[in-house]
Amino acid sequence: MDLVAQEEVKRLSEVHGVPKLAVVLGAPDPESAEIAAETFIFGDPAYAGALAGVQLDLDVYHVLEDEIRERIPDHIWEEQIGVMEDVLDRDGLIEAVTEMRRRRDDGLGPPG
Amino acid sequence: MLSDRIFIVVGERDGIPGTAIAACLEAAGEQLAYSYTACFV
Repeated sequence: MDLVAQEEVKRLSEVHGVPKLAVVLGAPDPESAEIAAETFIFGDPAYAGALAGVQLDLDVYHVLEDEIRERIPDHIWEEQIGVMEDVLDRDGLIEAVTEMRRRRDDGLGPPG
Repeated sequence: MLSDRIFIVVGERDGIPGTAIAACLEAAGEQLAYSYTACFV
């Protein structure tokens, strides 16, 4: 997961507090979505960035999830996301991110 | 569930860029703390 983003997310969680924040991902495939969600929930699995060993338990969503989609005006969604919604593996992306939230909520910890 | 949250946007160039997600959330009147587009080459 991107090191710059890790640093900034860690800083923002300290400034605003985790319960106030939500992370929205634009990952292109389920694998990268899973790694990003794991990083922001359980910590960096690669132990390379600022979130190595830091479990923030953030709320993480992919932008294609209904919880995000339903907040966006239709014409803006079409203009900004539009075609990509059809190109990407929407179901796989959503499954990857919701599974990571479920593991958090069930107290299971990171996969593997 | 996501009411009154501050959003952190982590887009990806090969997926959906942070700028596009940020534009959506701003149009929805949401508060953004950070928007970023990762680029893995």
